[in-house]
Amino acid sequence: MTSILKNRLFWPSAILVALLVVNVFTSNQFITVQDGHLFGTLIDILRGSAPLLLVALGMTLVIATGGIDLSVGSVMAISGAVACLLISDLGNQNSVGSVLLIIGVAILASLALGLWNGMLVAVIGIQPIIATLILMVAGRGVAQLITDGQIINVQSGPYATIATGFFLALPVAFLIATAAVVLITLLTRRTALGLLLESVGGSPTASRLAGIGARRITIMVYVVCGGFAGLAGLIYSANIKSADSISAGNLIELDAILAVVIGGTALIGGRFSIAGTVIGALLIQTLTVTVVAVGVPSKATLLFKAVVVVALCLSQSPIFREKVFGRLKPRPAVRAEVPA
Amino acid sequence: MTTIDVTPEAGKKPESPTNPRRRVYRPNTKYIPILVTLGLLVLMYGGGVANYENFSDPSVVVNLFRDNAVLMVVAVGMTFVILTGGIDLSVGAVISLTTTLTATLLQGGWPPMVVLVLVLLLGSLIGAGQGAVIHYFKVEPFIATLAGLFLARGLALFINQSSIPIRDETWKAISEYRIPLADGVVTKPIAIVAVAVVLIAAAVLAWTRFGRNVYAIGGNADSALLMGLPVGRTRIGVYTISGFCAALGGVLFSINSTSGWALQGNGLELDAIAACVIGGVLLTGGSGYVLGTLLGVLVTGLIQTIIIFQGDLNAAWTRIIVGVLLFAFIVMQRLVTRKVK
Repeated sequence: MTSILKNRLFWPSAILVALLVVNVFTSNQFITVQDGHLFGTLIDILRGSAPLLLVALGMTLVIATGGIDLSVGSVMAISGAVACLLISDLGNQNSVGSVLLIIGVAILASLALGLWNGMLVAVIGIQPIIATLILMVAGRGVAQLITDGQIINVQSGPYATIATGFFLALPVAFLIATAAVVLITLLTRRTALGLLLESVGGSPTASRLAGIGARRITIMVYVVCGGFAGLAGLIYSANIKSADSISAGNLIELDAILAVVIGGTALIGGRFSIAGTVIGALLIQTLTVTVVAVGVPSKATLLFKAVVVVALCLSQSPIFREKVFGRLKPRPAVRAEVPA
Repeated sequence: MTTIDVTPEAGKKPESPTNPRRRVYRPNTKYIPILVTLGLLVLMYGGGVANYENFSDPSVVVNLFRDNAVLMVVAVGMTFVILTGGIDLSVGAVISLTTTLTATLLQGGWPPMVVLVLVLLLGSLIGAGQGAVIHYFKVEPFIATLAGLFLARGLALFINQSSIPIRDETWKAISEYRIPLADGVVTKPIAIVAVAVVLIAAAVLAWTRFGRNVYAIGGNADSALLMGLPVGRTRIGVYTISGFCAALGGVLFSINSTSGWALQGNGLELDAIAACVIGGVLLTGGSGYVLGTLLGVLVTGLIQTIIIFQGDLNAAWTRIIVGVLLFAFIVMQRLVTRKVK
């Protein structure tokens, strides 16, 4: 029992479950079947969390190496802008082949942006927070240039499918995010890659001396993060069927970092938890949905979210836990000091 | 400066002052980023004067201070935080909270002086709270101030979601007051306040014990602690200063626009960080000057002025040019610091 309570993911999971339970009672349809696919608040949460999940997944890998990527929101805006601009130029916007090709182009562009970040960090040796700040500031300007300051609307069935479509009764957006999570989990936990990431996060110099291509791995995580951000940008823009270079991915970097931190990945790097990130991202999305569902007035949504965030951040500080809860149950603290 | 003089008779002779290599003027490496920014500023200004009519008008320079007063004040607070190796993401949100609260209280008929003191206190308190959480609970500055951002903006939205006009006489009087500087050149009080804040901050960092402590902690917090410097007090102090500056920035904002709005100051924290970086403040802490930050703010302001003078340029270019400048300056900083090592 105590081992469950001590698990880093216990409190975030408990809050997530509690929020979901609240939703069961407050929403009139938590989960039902309609038009041959699942429907209801739970499905809304899963569908809505896809962009954040993808961005947070990439962010987890970057943070595992001790870095951070502030540019994800701008990359989202650019990839959405590229895709919508190209699709709006199509003669037949419903051509599946062309849309797939365009999606490929947009993701390639995002990968290139990630490569830029990775080069700045790994080759030139700039602090990650600053290196990615450059693209964060400039990227949104680039997205505005691509769309010429306009909001480009598209009427493409295949494109809208990636955000609003259903496959096997589940939302396509959620399936894309799930596939990404599974892929990254297999790559990092079934191969040595995860260990190498943590090693680079622990100490790039020591890793290099141990024969690990620290530079290559650092570049790779930024490229992957850029790619996932691009994918998230496509889902976002497909959802609203337009490219909005101002609000696409605005402040998502903060939500993503928050999701990662809630999931127990320390910002200093050296260890990461993909399951934690998934819980963190779902928690943030559920919180957003719940706040509206339980009837908290819209003006108080952010305040409510802030209180939860403050509580979560404090609860993750070992010193805070010791100071607040330490006196209540001094025994485990003493027992922990006894060497095994 | 403070190195102990080796007694000349004890060993080798001191180097001959006629050594030709010593005659060449070499700026101290720590001044290089600031000198480059200054050079860039002069170059941009010269380019503007050469290309556009009326650019040489002194009011262009004076207006630069007026239009960027808020950013200037906020960036000064940010400089303190960055010098200790931290970061404060909450400043934009504190501005929105301050403007909203100021407008609401003034609408409610509170005396202006009370409102002013109250919001400045509130800003300082938010900053101090963040500093305390960062210092005592070892929460990373990035996360703690991110939570502060959510909290302050959440409070602002909770107070009022729409833009509130300020009809208070004092506020309006300050807003409409013009200070004549020279023939035909006037400025607003907010610009004077901003310049005063910059000067005071520069003096505090250069000549007070607190200022020395800030640099010491930024250089190496562990060493500072072992030296017996008041690390906790200083760290909480810098976040308090940043909160105060953000609140002051909010007051200036509300004076300038005679309104309060919860979405005001969105993203300003990044502009402030960018200004610090362009001004040569190292984000790892321990190196940089408030005057550098001032130059950074002026550079970003001058870019906007030039884009306005150009007329046919898309406003998106401001962001791109600032991004390119950030890139150039960061790479330069990197090269300079590498040389030192």
